[in-house]
Amino acid sequence: MQLLVCGGTGCRASASATIVEKLNESLKAHQLTEEAQVVITGCFGFCEKGPIVKVIPDNTFYTQVKPEDAEEIVAEHILKGRKVSRLLYEDPEKKEHVEDSKHMGFYQKQMRIALRNCGVIDPENIDEYIARDGYSALAQVVTDLTPEQAIDLVKQSGLRGRGGAGFPTGLKWEITSRFTSDQKYVVCNADEGDPGAFMDRSILEGDPNSIIEAMTICGYCIGATKGLVYIRAEYPLAIKRLQIAINQAREYGLLGENIFGSKFSFDMELRYGAGAFVCGEETALIASMEGKRGEPRVKPPFPAESGYMNKPTNVNNVETFANVPVIFLKGPEWYSAIGTEKSKGTKVFALAGKINNVGLIEVPMGITLREIIYEIGGGIKNGKKFKAVQTGGPSGGCLTEAHLDTPIDFDSLLAAGSMMGSGGMIVMDEDDCMVSIAKFYLEFIVEESCGKCTPCRIGNKRMLEILEKITLGKGNMEDLDHLRNLAYVIKDTSLCGLGQSSPNPVLSTLENFYDEYVAHVKDKRCFAKKCKALARYTINPDVCTGCTICARNCPVEAITGEKREPHFINQEICIHCGVCYQKCKFNAINVE
Amino acid sequence: METIKLTIDNRHVEVPKGTTILQAAKQAGINIPSLCYMNLPHLAQEHKPGSCRVCVVEIPGRKNLVPACATECTDGMTVLSHSLRAINARRTVVELLLSDHPKDCLICPSSGNCELQQLSITMGIREIKSVENAAMSTYRKDASPALNRNMDKCVMCRSCETVCNEIQTVGALSAVNRGFMSVVAPAFEQELTDSPCTFCGQCVAVCPTGALTAVDNTFHVIRALADPNKFVVVQTAPAVRAALGEEFGYPPGTSVTGKMTAALRSLGFDKVFDTDFAADLTIMEEGTELLDRITRYLNGDKEVRLPILTSCCPAWVNFFETNYPDMLDVPSTARSPQQMFGAIAKTYMAEKLGVKREDMVVVSVMPCLAKKYECQRDEFKVDGDPDVDYAITTRELAHLIKIGNIDFKTLKEEDFDRPMGESTGAAVIFGVTGGVIEAATRTAYELFTGKKLEKVDFHELRGMEGIRTASVNFNGTYIHIGIAHTLGNARKLLDGIRKGMYNFHAIEIMACPGGCIGGGGQPLHRGNSIVLKARMDAIYKEDFNKPIRKSHENPEIIQLYEDFLGKPLSEKSHKLLHTHYFSHPKK
Repeated sequence: MQLLVCGGTGCRASASATIVEKLNESLKAHQLTEEAQVVITGCFGFCEKGPIVKVIPDNTFYTQVKPEDAEEIVAEHILKGRKVSRLLYEDPEKKEHVEDSKHMGFYQKQMRIALRNCGVIDPENIDEYIARDGYSALAQVVTDLTPEQAIDLVKQSGLRGRGGAGFPTGLKWEITSRFTSDQKYVVCNADEGDPGAFMDRSILEGDPNSIIEAMTICGYCIGATKGLVYIRAEYPLAIKRLQIAINQAREYGLLGENIFGSKFSFDMELRYGAGAFVCGEETALIASMEGKRGEPRVKPPFPAESGYMNKPTNVNNVETFANVPVIFLKGPEWYSAIGTEKSKGTKVFALAGKINNVGLIEVPMGITLREIIYEIGGGIKNGKKFKAVQTGGPSGGCLTEAHLDTPIDFDSLLAAGSMMGSGGMIVMDEDDCMVSIAKFYLEFIVEESCGKCTPCRIGNKRMLEILEKITLGKGNMEDLDHLRNLAYVIKDTSLCGLGQSSPNPVLSTLENFYDEYVAHVKDKRCFAKKCKALARYTINPDVCTGCTICARNCPVEAITGEKREPHFINQEICIHCGVCYQKCKFNAINVE
Repeated sequence: METIKLTIDNRHVEVPKGTTILQAAKQAGINIPSLCYMNLPHLAQEHKPGSCRVCVVEIPGRKNLVPACATECTDGMTVLSHSLRAINARRTVVELLLSDHPKDCLICPSSGNCELQQLSITMGIREIKSVENAAMSTYRKDASPALNRNMDKCVMCRSCETVCNEIQTVGALSAVNRGFMSVVAPAFEQELTDSPCTFCGQCVAVCPTGALTAVDNTFHVIRALADPNKFVVVQTAPAVRAALGEEFGYPPGTSVTGKMTAALRSLGFDKVFDTDFAADLTIMEEGTELLDRITRYLNGDKEVRLPILTSCCPAWVNFFETNYPDMLDVPSTARSPQQMFGAIAKTYMAEKLGVKREDMVVVSVMPCLAKKYECQRDEFKVDGDPDVDYAITTRELAHLIKIGNIDFKTLKEEDFDRPMGESTGAAVIFGVTGGVIEAATRTAYELFTGKKLEKVDFHELRGMEGIRTASVNFNGTYIHIGIAHTLGNARKLLDGIRKGMYNFHAIEIMACPGGCIGGGGQPLHRGNSIVLKARMDAIYKEDFNKPIRKSHENPEIIQLYEDFLGKPLSEKSHKLLHTHYFSHPKK
């Protein structure tokens, strides 16, 4: 028997490492160390219900486990075969316990390809990766196929880049392979910078060998002998796991000279980011690796022609690489049977926001937003009303109820006014202010813009100033026109993808939630009650006792009224400071 | 060479493969505006970061607009440079730049010469839309003896960075911070005076706005001229006369020596002298020093330091002191002509004129910003009184002339005062790369061989290539000469010398492209290498037309030695006309 304990960062933050300790202690105490082992795995994805402990082989899925539960799990389940029902997942509709995750609404429509080993194997043990056909794809490629043949299979699969741009991976490998040079490079972009995104992190923490194998295959295809993983320094666990995997792969001869006895040699090393979102852009990433300021440069030339150290370089995202071995193991036809016509395979999403089942999911392309939000996501939290779903992080747009039946694929999301991005998906409800959301993303962009080109450096700042003005209740209709023009120009003229996509949240909210902007600007109202400066304070005459405390504390003398008579707030003078609301002992003041 | 055919604004253009849209448009008579684009063809440097986004054009079918300066033409391409979409984008971009720029055009030193101002004028911008109290990316002001940094006015074109790092290899400037507050500054945001800055002023020469400007000493000079107790003497560098005319509408390459002298006299300078006089003096001292070292070397002295390096360029001296402190005995100990002039003026000349040292003010007109720094170096002062009080640039002189209400074009030509206004052709060519060493060669040849030099022009020492070498036949002995201009080329030569790779006897280094004619204080040429070539031709022409073309034949110089100095490298010469160097100079 095995007790798989989730070792992803989310569950670790909830003491999953201590759970492991306690389980081991209990197993020892009950003398079960021969019969049962504790294995630390990667992310299971059901982060809302973590920490997760899964018992193999009966597939019992325990949720929200605490270290003090370890003894009970061992004593009852392992020793006596009695499942601990209070730790089982309860279906919110049927109100029944679900033991096996494959029956859960969260998992039923998922298809884990990139995440195939996460939550299954110990990422710090290369033998477990190999036991699940790990490195078999590499063996096949290096011993049976020519580079051209291997590239062709990747092309046939239809795999497109998972970092956000969706460029056909096989085609990129082919272009890079065609350039001649004394040295070429394979680069993995592990700089995952979207706020709230953790798809790449989970893959690196849970299945680092998949990346190593894929990069080596890529090296063989394009004619590179060196690989570089550019990983953000804020991912220490992923860095640790990746380095362990590299060391183990080297020991086994899966990295180094003459891999599988062929003439092909390949090795890789890690390079660290230093806290810049913009270094997720491939040319800025390359500049950073070269020791220069992390700024993008004009393309063409593309990295395939002139990249790291001006040599042909293939840059792919972590998730893109994670898909590669499967294409060879199961064949491109199998892969391309999943998904839609132009978007093959699956996509990993970090599902977050006002949703019941927050976590990491992987779904086939073509699934609808409705299915994700209501079936996998379990619907809106606290029974609130759905308002919008944001895809693509700060580069994406907000889609409305009208878009819920949009199938998830690269082109459909673009046509709907958003984009796939790297996989962030944030659900919003009636209590979210769309203007504030746009402002939040712009704050991030302004912080992360490298500053090289005018539209992004100054334009985004100016857009943010307008949004700040609006959320403070000082906006006017002209501001909205100016905002829209700025957004179009920034999108049209920015040097790199960061600036070109930064106006998306603004443009999509202006398009889909224009009435909210108008309410902020004309009526000076925020219906979601998020913008404090627009909060309207009114006194309920039925409750007010006329104690005069509010009037005496109002800094602008906006409140009038006789003693023991209901008081009145003059909206023209009120500065929305909220002092009256705080001082009133009778709850006579309404905020809206 | 493959030819590309494309259409720009409905005009058909044919260009070689590799041409950018901006260049192709120029060919077709279409001036797409730009700001961060800088082409320095004479230095083989095309700076096209594509970051200002002013030159964006529309290519129907493409998702976004593209920067014309950094986009290569492809066959059959259609380009629209003034479609509504392109115009709107361009205007918005310029408005954004203006929204983050100080609005003090009227009193900015770059007013009238500012590329951002010109864009606003050309595009007819009448409104800058931004919120009240919009944020401005400000930065502390940075001053130095030679140039001022007002980074509030920086548009992040990065031209200064390219010039400082790629061409000069000084590395004093690079982009720091991120996003809205990003700025170009020395590493760790040091003060400029603590950085490796050599004050070569090339950054000022390429800055499109008023962010980098020269220190202005005009009013110091006006006050000195107005002071009845002061005897104000002026000296003008050779490179000034070949470029000053450009500030008054003359075509580049017009020598305006006569009018310049007349203007200076009209302004009220008590004596109008010529730095060229001191250049001849420099040749006497440096030439003798060169010969001394070469002779000792040829006689078997293994200890003597060769090559000898010229030392009249203060930016070069700075660079040397910072980067090659282990080789401080290599350069000539001779001071620069500016400083030699000041030393002689405040001793020999002052005595001759009956003027007390403390009443004499020496002003120099230079094509250079580093000269402002040089004249305040401690070793060039006597009891705290500088040999040269103020160095002003060619541009500042033009302002002075305008402030003096002088109509330059209608001035009658005049000549310099004597004795310190007498000079030879060898002195004039100090203003161009290769000129100093050619001047030294003319004198060294005759002193070394004892023979008369028939052909005075040494064409093998002339030209614009960054590093040039020549072997000059001194009646059977070959003297190997190396010449470099721009500090990047100087570094290459010096690194080679340090490794013992070369067998040069003498090397001339100039920090500025083309030599002094391309200095940071000259009328701005903005990368137009034709202007530099024209100035160079003017210098050589003036040399050609001079009656005396060898420094040692200058009668006033001969008189000076007879009356006052004795002979070159005498004790008095050493005291007044020579100097020593410091590792990591204090600025």
